[in-house]
Amino acid sequence: MTTLTHLQRLEAESIHIMREVAATCDNPVMLYSIGKDSSVMLHLAMKAFHPSKLPFPLMHVDTTWKFREMIEFREKFVAENGLDLHVHINQDGVDQGIGPFSHGSAIHTDVMKTQGLKQALDKYGFDAAFGGARRDEEKSRAKERIFSFRSAQHRWDPKNQRPELWNIYNNRIQKGESMRVFPLSNWTELDIWQYIHLENIPIVPLYLAKERPVVELDGMLVMVDDDRMPLLDGEKPEMKMVRFRTLGCYPLTGAVESTATTLPEIIQEMLLTKTSERQGRAIDKDAHASMEQKKQEGYF
Amino acid sequence: MTRKSYEVQQSEQIANDIEGYLYEQEHKSFLRFITCGSVDDGKSTLIGRLLYDSKLIFEDQLASLENDSKKVGTQGGDMDFALLVDGLAAEREQGITIDVAYRFFATDKRKFIVADTPGHEQYTRNMATGASSADVAVILIDARRGVLTQTRRHSYIVNLLGIRHAVVAINKMDLVDYAQETFQGIEQEYREFASNLNFESITFVPMSALKGDNIMDASTNMDWYDGPTLMAVLENIDVSKETSDDVFRMPVQWVNRPNLDFRGFSGTIASGTIKPGDKVIALPSAKTSVVKSIVTYDGEMTVAVADQAVTITLEDEIDISRGDVLAEFDHRPEATDQFHASIIWMHDQPLLPGRPYLIKTTNKTVAGEVTELKHKVNINSLEHEAGKTLELNEVGVCNLSLDETIVFEPYADNPALGSFIMIDKITNVTVAAGMIDFGLRRATNVHWQAVDVHKEARATQKKQKPVVLWFTGLSASGKSTIANLVEKKLHSLGKHTYLLDGDNVRHGLNKDLGFIDADRVENIRRVGEVAKLMVDAGLIVLTAFISPFCAERRMVRDMMEDHEFLEVFVDTPIEICEQRDPKGLYKKARSGEIKNFTGFDSPYERPERADIHLHTGNMTAEAAAEAVIAKIEETYLTS
Repeated sequence: MTTLTHLQRLEAESIHIMREVAATCDNPVMLYSIGKDSSVMLHLAMKAFHPSKLPFPLMHVDTTWKFREMIEFREKFVAENGLDLHVHINQDGVDQGIGPFSHGSAIHTDVMKTQGLKQALDKYGFDAAFGGARRDEEKSRAKERIFSFRSAQHRWDPKNQRPELWNIYNNRIQKGESMRVFPLSNWTELDIWQYIHLENIPIVPLYLAKERPVVELDGMLVMVDDDRMPLLDGEKPEMKMVRFRTLGCYPLTGAVESTATTLPEIIQEMLLTKTSERQGRAIDKDAHASMEQKKQEGYF
Repeated sequence: MTRKSYEVQQSEQIANDIEGYLYEQEHKSFLRFITCGSVDDGKSTLIGRLLYDSKLIFEDQLASLENDSKKVGTQGGDMDFALLVDGLAAEREQGITIDVAYRFFATDKRKFIVADTPGHEQYTRNMATGASSADVAVILIDARRGVLTQTRRHSYIVNLLGIRHAVVAINKMDLVDYAQETFQGIEQEYREFASNLNFESITFVPMSALKGDNIMDASTNMDWYDGPTLMAVLENIDVSKETSDDVFRMPVQWVNRPNLDFRGFSGTIASGTIKPGDKVIALPSAKTSVVKSIVTYDGEMTVAVADQAVTITLEDEIDISRGDVLAEFDHRPEATDQFHASIIWMHDQPLLPGRPYLIKTTNKTVAGEVTELKHKVNINSLEHEAGKTLELNEVGVCNLSLDETIVFEPYADNPALGSFIMIDKITNVTVAAGMIDFGLRRATNVHWQAVDVHKEARATQKKQKPVVLWFTGLSASGKSTIANLVEKKLHSLGKHTYLLDGDNVRHGLNKDLGFIDADRVENIRRVGEVAKLMVDAGLIVLTAFISPFCAERRMVRDMMEDHEFLEVFVDTPIEICEQRDPKGLYKKARSGEIKNFTGFDSPYERPERADIHLHTGNMTAEAAAEAVIAKIEETYLTS
């Protein structure tokens, strides 16, 4: 009798979740952040509905501060695979000149990402949005349901979650309310990398080490991705062999020095390293419950 | 090999042979387990310890843990492992676990997903949630306190949910001087209790999560114990339940139709195996065909097995949709609209037999109701008790009746086809989890008697369209008065009517019912059925019942055909009703003489979209009656 491997089980579970949404929700969307988790999620979606095309569009909430290579990757991937992508930018935020350097990470993230996401969900009236979050990422995520109910104001109420038994998901909502759905809930960081490796899933090259221009900012190595980066007098970007463990807005995403230029080397480095993944993100450094709070306010 | 040297070896392998390491990772076995037990038995501490000992805590997390241990820790500055897993702010403040958390770790033998579940009684539903996807239950017992109510409750629930292997971890042995007698006493007590359950295996481990005794390494403090450590049990326990005679079942989840030439049925295989050429049957339609291909993104498969998510195409064009089940031709599952099941109630609002809920199985959502609560289970004594409702966290055995047929198998045989959840139709929250025991055959034996003179013929003869005018409102709002006036007017117009009045019905048809919520629901259900027969007779039926709950008013509406039910909201403010108080009921309610009085200690849910809304605060009963007539005149009073 054939026994499924751990990854095959995870794959089947994710596919089941995606099909459930496609079969029962009126207007779903897949949030696509261009990162490695999104890439895995999208790959699983293509598997889930094959030979049909994805029965929902993708959406990227663009903060206008993403790495240039991310946007290039997005455009190329979407074109090659004939995907339907909405790109949403919070125009109010752009008009107010909101940015991470001028306003700090908290305000920038809230306006361009959280508010931007809510705007986009309201604009298209999506009743379900897939996200690539994993339970091993962060403490409050470990407690979130796979089908996570959001009020009409997009709020998450952690103390009032619907019990979620077996693989029977309650996605019933009233008009205006919505579901965030996390098909990768039970994957770990190692599972993601291993699956990318086994399945040959294309990822943004920023995950691999390369000589890149960086400066040190608040103890973080920040890549100078464009000329919006304010440099101190006499400060010069230094070319260093670096890579990124997570991808987001370039000013808020710390690079790590590395020589890992292949997937096995990345995995090797990850396994031997002693800091957790989200440490590279400025946003989590605030108070403890910061992620829980942001999620309650509508952040993914 | 000791754990330390394993870690060193592992690091070397990662450094020197990453491909080999990844291959081993990929082919490790896998176990999902749940930890449960009473509050403060040390569940979170145990999991924190497992994560810590299996080196899954990174330096930055460790730094923040040290920091937190000093700030809010309960271990006097020592590492408080519980802080690692209690992720919600409220939990960290109160030092308790509220919600089920899923954690991931691995050893050289296995990968694990553990569901850490709350001990407090009000969170028992979260525990059932964690148990539904686990193969093993680790039941913690505080060695100082022995077997408690929560221990019994949790053991019963994990067993009810089909977990067949229990590991009883007798924790905090350090606080009882590692005494063997204490351990043996608890083991004996637990075995006695568990003889009423049907676990396939029960293993007892004496340990201390805080000190690390018998978690990863054998304790040096308990030489009298020569059994395995907790980790050794988890690494070696065999939970495989598949056998070669498992038969093929696949609930159809989604129909895959990219173009006119391709029609596939997508779903996750619940049991058995399938290959091209196999003869299958689609249920409940009972149409048969042969598997043409198993289509995946990675190419066609020659065989697919349980738990795989696949797309199947068939040789014949037969009509199959979501909610159907594809099964092995020679061994087909049953289909029914009535069954016997155990349910765990998970909501503050009690279960009301007769109230319509949504029942969601693995691939179908249908309306249904509990027709009979056979008994409740006292989880402490496992005795059966009589009851009319189920409260939060109570378990009951009942009969359910659905509006449509579902395909099922008993939960014990096939959990994927035997499980369901119940959803409240108005609030959409999940109110219960259910496990089907068996189908009831009665359903097929009662047929609706077809008659030649039908509803339309009767109505035409009376020159009217039958309808129910459902008056709802508080006690003394004027429902009966207005309904009475409307009936008089209709009668004088030569229409055929009947008025069903709340008080009058309670003298006869419903004299066995009281005023608790469950009885109120049954009261309305019976009235609804009577009104339905009268509509069938071609009558215009007027009913005057407080009918305080939206769900029951909707239930009656759902019994009728479109346009046969009009909700008339007699909207009189409670102050005015209390002033009127013709039967002195408000006075009695105020003094506490009568209980469950609508508007006081029993709620009235206002209709949100009544068909006719009477603002009686500023109109006479006569005017209100006229308004009703005006509203129905055109549609219902002409033939």
